[in-house]
Amino acid sequence: MPKTTAFHPRLEPLNETKVWKNWSGFLIAPQFKYSLTNEYYAIRSSVSLLDTSPLFKYRISGSDSIRLLERIMSRDINRCRTGSAQYTVWSDEKGFVLQDGVILRTDDFEFFLTAGEPTLRYFKAIAKEMKLEEVSVKDVSEAYGILALQGPHAHSVISQLTQDATDLKYFDLTHANICETEVIISRTGYTGDLGYEIWIPNENALTVWDALMAAGEGYNIAPIGTTALKMARVEAGLLLMGVDFDSSRFAWVDAQRETAIELGWSWMFRNLEKDDRDFIGRAAIEAEIKNKTSRWKTVGLEIDWHSYEAVHLDAGILPPKSDLYHETTMSIYRRSETPWDYAGYATSFLFSSLLRKPIAIAKLPLDLTDAGTEVDLEIPVIRKPVNVLANVSSLPFFVPERKTATMGGGK
Amino acid sequence: MSNSNNYDAIVIGGGHNGLVNAAYLAKSGLKTLVLERRHLVGGAAITEELIPGFKFTTFSYAISLMRPDIVQDLRLADHGMMVLPLVNTFQPGLNGDYLLLGADADANFHEIARHSREDAESIRDLSHLIDRVCFALKPLMDNIPPNAMSDEPVELAAMAGLKEYMAGLEPDVRTMIDKFVNCSAAEILEEYFESDLVKALIASSGIIGSKVGPRSKGSGLVWLFHKMGEYDGIFGEWGFHKGGNGGFTEVLAKAVMSFGGTILTDADVETVIYKNSVATGVRLASGDEYFAPTVVSALDPRRTFTQLVSSDDLPDSLIEAIGKYKFQGTAAKVNFALSDLPNFPGLENRKDIYMGFTNLGPSIDYLEEAFADCEAGRYSKKPFLDCCVQSTIDPDMTPPGKHIMSCFVMYAPYHLSESDWDTERENLGDVVQATIEEFFPGFGSLILHREIVTPLDIERIVGLTEGNIFAGELFADQMFLNRPAPGWNQYRTPIAGYYQCGSGTHPGGCVIGGPGKLAAQQILGDLKHEEG
Repeated sequence: MPKTTAFHPRLEPLNETKVWKNWSGFLIAPQFKYSLTNEYYAIRSSVSLLDTSPLFKYRISGSDSIRLLERIMSRDINRCRTGSAQYTVWSDEKGFVLQDGVILRTDDFEFFLTAGEPTLRYFKAIAKEMKLEEVSVKDVSEAYGILALQGPHAHSVISQLTQDATDLKYFDLTHANICETEVIISRTGYTGDLGYEIWIPNENALTVWDALMAAGEGYNIAPIGTTALKMARVEAGLLLMGVDFDSSRFAWVDAQRETAIELGWSWMFRNLEKDDRDFIGRAAIEAEIKNKTSRWKTVGLEIDWHSYEAVHLDAGILPPKSDLYHETTMSIYRRSETPWDYAGYATSFLFSSLLRKPIAIAKLPLDLTDAGTEVDLEIPVIRKPVNVLANVSSLPFFVPERKTATMGGGK
Repeated sequence: MSNSNNYDAIVIGGGHNGLVNAAYLAKSGLKTLVLERRHLVGGAAITEELIPGFKFTTFSYAISLMRPDIVQDLRLADHGMMVLPLVNTFQPGLNGDYLLLGADADANFHEIARHSREDAESIRDLSHLIDRVCFALKPLMDNIPPNAMSDEPVELAAMAGLKEYMAGLEPDVRTMIDKFVNCSAAEILEEYFESDLVKALIASSGIIGSKVGPRSKGSGLVWLFHKMGEYDGIFGEWGFHKGGNGGFTEVLAKAVMSFGGTILTDADVETVIYKNSVATGVRLASGDEYFAPTVVSALDPRRTFTQLVSSDDLPDSLIEAIGKYKFQGTAAKVNFALSDLPNFPGLENRKDIYMGFTNLGPSIDYLEEAFADCEAGRYSKKPFLDCCVQSTIDPDMTPPGKHIMSCFVMYAPYHLSESDWDTERENLGDVVQATIEEFFPGFGSLILHREIVTPLDIERIVGLTEGNIFAGELFADQMFLNRPAPGWNQYRTPIAGYYQCGSGTHPGGCVIGGPGKLAAQQILGDLKHEEG
């Protein structure tokens, strides 16, 4: 039997479709409404509320916590100020990504981390190996629920409940009090829109949920499921483990593994020469940068509408577009004399209702990654493989100004 | 005159087709000027904040998705185009009965099955057939139609090609097209359905904006036309643009400017300047003149052929055709600012029922009675209303918790036999309000503000002759080869360099952008031909 999150008593009656799926052993709604696209637009046009409680959550504290995180994290933890959050990854010795996650620095020696897969024992093992005495790694997964409040009216909603979120800069966080409940609010999200993520002690989860829903009523707040979230994150160019890449931890061969640089996160290593952190995978990552040995680069693909429409019309059918999101791997070919000249692959594919075209996240060899490069993407048309023209683009596809805005003013 | 008044192309009228046309021309590198008579662009697609915080879609209120190729060509998504899909269609009856259809085909099956299990199955067959009809007619919608009056080999070949294409369609599709052209909506619906609510819901698409009842010949074609804008399913792709339809025309204006085009408002074009049947520019009512070898009218055919130029300079056959071209607007708008959502007995507190079109016209007989008033030269005592509470989809249309409700009203004939619209304006508002009250008791107590737009107001404010929302009836003899007149259906006019691109040209009305795009294609083709 899957478990339920602390918000389930409220979510259950709101789920019009009554369909649930299993996310890390918890019941979670893929969608609440029949119209997925309508649900998605809560993120872009009004405001949405999403339960992300099934994420694994860890509290890392103690005076040695920095040393531990310096060792584990590929991105420099020292660049994460107290009162801010950081998107980070951890890699293995060969530089392959184990996981990605968001870490919150709530105090000088206190961190909260979210992760898609368990990592308690691994972190503890590293601490032990380093002989660190003053560090505690605790699994607090079942002590907190997390809600993501995302959309143009996210601030209109949260500001009715607390003033503490108003001055948060992008990726800042604060402790706050909502309905006499101590919560942590970070100015973060997985949608590429204006938003907050709120850590709430499980025992008060429903009180905070009710307060947010009531404050959001005038702004058409809507609970959203994981599919609408995933549609938004494709536009935002945010990768998803298990879809766009796999953890190195359980891979059999390196062909299944990817480095942070291959995944488009080379910006995390911009100041690498200026720090002397001895983090796991450093040598491999330095060698990859120096020798330019990346096998792929992660890019955006914009599928040409005229081409997409034409291959369907030629077959006598309309191009599918409504509620179209999938995670199956699609092959990409060079546009050359050689037919079906394999080049790379696309993972997340979306007909973006907002951008009015199909888009995808793709891995391509370095010579094909300049924006505007033309490639062929293989799609099925009446069960047959057909190539459509696609243009390489940079990620993200969609960046509204409000995504990084400070609502209290200032940038 | 200074060089600053010289352009490559001038578009008269900043409605959505004028803007689409100008954007294409500007994108191709022409120095393009849009001249709009009013203080704002948008034509009939505008949003106005009549009371603080409440955004009224005074005229046009919903959008059937623009062709994706236009969106991509003009990069409209980059300029903020955002069409919010409608969630539900709500068709209340007067006896507590209702039909509430949404995005899920299986849920819709069971909802229709409450009224008739056979209807629930029929609707699937019919909508698939209509989808195939729309697909078959798509090339006709998306291309410049042939000229049936021309002896040019290329046009003769195009006409022959058209005949061949139509003859090559699958028999059931061809038969259905014939039915749409020759039958009333009611006749077709009787074949498929038994439930009054189901028939009335679909039949209402056959009367929108047109002087036909559901049992009149012509309603079939109007129905088909309203299907052409969508493909995804029966009640498919209609939406509200973020910020109302005015939000959409603002996006178009941004696109025009991003391609280097100029838009001038408060610029009332009095006449096109031409000599020896060659256009050279325009003169405004203010006396200002602007010059360009290409002048495009986005206004309706009557204005294009009888007001902007002198009828005396045009062929008699064209002037005769334009004289016969029917406008006869029959629709009005009544828009409300509301303190709260209306209540439907039995579905109290269901906000979602308003997230789409709310269709007040519960039976074919009801619609037909409303039409009988129109035939007699009166507005309907019990009108058909297509209501949208846009704030349930887009919270930025109103202050939090408040609502805006746009009501499209049929029938309100432009010519009243025993009164005039300045006298009847408030009475029309009262009739609409009383009608809503019958379906939603207590409605009157929610009203914060009421805006009434008669066909005369549409004509006066927007400039659409007789207030016809499509710039001319969508009748078979005014469509395709004949829109707006036989021989003049390819966006050109008898005056060289003078073109037409409004909804009075093929493919016609609604916010679809087709006329503006196809006219630009014709203009750019002609310019290339001249160069070559």
